[in-house]
Amino acid sequence: MSSYETLKELAESRWSELTKGSAPWIKIGMSMCCGQASGAYETLGEIKEVLNSLSIEANVSEVGCLGICYASPVVDILLPNKHRAVYGNVTPDLVHDLVDRCLVKGKIPKKNLLGVENLGTNNLQGLPDFNELPQIKLQNRIALRNAGHIDPKDIYQYIARGGYLGLNRALTDLKPEDVIEEIKSSGLRGRGGAAFPTGVKWSFMTRGEKPKYILCNCEEGDPGAFNDKSILESDPYTTIEGMAIAAYATGSTNGIIFIRHGHDGPIDATEDAIKQAYEVGLLGKNILGSDFSFDLEVSLTGESYVAGEETALMEAVEGKRSMPRARPPFPAAYGVWGRPSTINNVKSLSYAPSILEHGSDWFSSIGVNKSTGTAIICLSGNIKYPGLYEVPMGLTIGDVIDNIGGGVPNGRKLKMLQTGGPLGGVLSSDSLEIRLDFDEMREAGAILGSGGIIVADDRTCAVDLTRVLVAFCQFESCGKCFPCRLGTTNLLEIVERMSSNKARLGDVELMKQIGQTMQAGSLCGHGQLGFNPIESAMKHFKEDWSACVDEGKCLTGSCNKPHFTPINTRPFAEAPIKNTVPIQIANQVGEKNE
Amino acid sequence: MSSDITPKIDPTPDSEKQDLKDRINKAVTTQKRPTVTVLSSLLSIEDELGYIPDEAISIVAEYNNSTINEVWGVASFYPNFRFDPPSKNTVEVCWGPSCHLVGATDVIKAVLDELELDGEGDTIDKIATFKFNTCLGACPQAPVMSINHRMYGKISAKQAKSHILELRKNINGSDK
Repeated sequence: MSSYETLKELAESRWSELTKGSAPWIKIGMSMCCGQASGAYETLGEIKEVLNSLSIEANVSEVGCLGICYASPVVDILLPNKHRAVYGNVTPDLVHDLVDRCLVKGKIPKKNLLGVENLGTNNLQGLPDFNELPQIKLQNRIALRNAGHIDPKDIYQYIARGGYLGLNRALTDLKPEDVIEEIKSSGLRGRGGAAFPTGVKWSFMTRGEKPKYILCNCEEGDPGAFNDKSILESDPYTTIEGMAIAAYATGSTNGIIFIRHGHDGPIDATEDAIKQAYEVGLLGKNILGSDFSFDLEVSLTGESYVAGEETALMEAVEGKRSMPRARPPFPAAYGVWGRPSTINNVKSLSYAPSILEHGSDWFSSIGVNKSTGTAIICLSGNIKYPGLYEVPMGLTIGDVIDNIGGGVPNGRKLKMLQTGGPLGGVLSSDSLEIRLDFDEMREAGAILGSGGIIVADDRTCAVDLTRVLVAFCQFESCGKCFPCRLGTTNLLEIVERMSSNKARLGDVELMKQIGQTMQAGSLCGHGQLGFNPIESAMKHFKEDWSACVDEGKCLTGSCNKPHFTPINTRPFAEAPIKNTVPIQIANQVGEKNE
Repeated sequence: MSSDITPKIDPTPDSEKQDLKDRINKAVTTQKRPTVTVLSSLLSIEDELGYIPDEAISIVAEYNNSTINEVWGVASFYPNFRFDPPSKNTVEVCWGPSCHLVGATDVIKAVLDELELDGEGDTIDKIATFKFNTCLGACPQAPVMSINHRMYGKISAKQAKSHILELRKNINGSDK
């Protein structure tokens, strides 16, 4: 079993070959959130071809997301001991010229240049500093510290940048209780939406017998949020290390990372990373020579938003319909396969390595009030610079939208903000002073939740956007609790009526009643929060609703466009008659899988 | 797709049936992830065949010590499973709020018009299956569509149309 020191030594020598050697290092952002959709594959292919045809020696890496998704495909050219130049919107036709001028002629062409970083040369006058870009400068990357900087297929690059220092400290210096104390005093709260203190959650697990499970939730079905997938795709090691730390603290023996089927980028990256971690002894038996052992695997779910709810996720891991369980018993007592389990979001787990590396005081010094650390914001919609930004808690929403996001484009005005996933509620444009703080946002009637912020300009009608959100809630209801199953369907019918100017008398009252029933009678947040989008939109945009509902005339006209609403048939789906043989036992012998 | 989950009954020759069974068995028994469940078996078959054939249900039930009813329960719950062979191509357009705000409706309309469909489903010539997607995970590049899991971002109705035309051309050669 290799010790941490030997791994670190090997990692550092490899890293200095890349960053201090003679060959340039070219990194291309290939993550799902931006690279793939913007054509980075073509750019990558072209770069390889051009390097070949000009016979240039260079290291080419496919990396994750730097966060500046608006500029993708992003090409990051590092010339050891000289400079690093980052180029945006590099389409294949620009590649030949760029490679020729950067690597053959030794120039730094200004076309498409986002910025440079000095690595020891002195002729960068007049060029923008990459680290001074507001999109980079205002960020404080902790969970995403390696995203876009390391090759997600090389564990040694992660170790070279300080990876596994945290786990090594835990295993050599700290008892499991100390690790939990450290996480508790860092003030880390769950980033999945509920904002429950992570350390407290872990402490529930100390009782109970082995095997115990640590589950990592990357179901992330929220439209407008892509941060969990980006972390796993750009730097799966930080999550894996975080899980190992959580497992050590809670005495868990097994871990499962749970990703939605079809999201191949994060799945492949994570599975590859797990394989490498096993190979070098960072997973499996006696990790880093200690007596701590931990096994980790990936499990997939079908398309289901509710599978992101903790008990529904356990059902899905067991291979069943992802429907939430009634609590108690709580997961720490009765979780997956009836074993004590704890579930954390990818982001929460990804902070753990840095907290152990730098200490809880460092982490709690970032942020504001009871929200310590950073918020990982996915900015999208009508915004100039959409992207994935990790900013300190306490920054105002206005800072994020205007200073980082560049405001609303095309001379339009900001009208609406949709935060924390489709159930999070909408905010109006006078909410820009609200700070990114779990409690402050909750008071304002929104949630930070998964970190998605969707920006809508003044061409949007609140009723129209609400219709899309309600349609999402309807589409994703699992169907277990009837107030949610029927409630979301009824709400959608009513909002559809309203947005086609056919509202009936008493519709608003009816919606409120349904909303109350859903809140009271649903097992999980999907039904409990399902009325949130309508309630908050009605509160902030009274004029839009009265125009569409009372006067039958949409103010912006966006309701009147033809639209398509996929209807969820899941709750009503039945197996074809000929297959519904009552209680037909396929295999008479043998027990059920427990 | 989800509106019509009744499997088509077609007279398949015995040899093809056996071949199908072999492929299902192989998909179920050679799963690469350690935890094997009803869901993981179904996903593995879906990956291999693109759909869940009738025969698969009892094979999965037997393999997992489960029941046919339970397997059907899981298969009919997740909308990514389909029960008849898919078309040659899959076209998905995102209708989530981020994409909606920047023009997904126009893209959806253009794609549906071009495919001569009025919602999710297969084209008559089985060239493409159209699906709505709640979030393809590329929100900064909205509106997004994907053709055979290859994503295209910042797409306009016109570009979407030309992608579909290209798809048709590639399949039909020069006759359309």
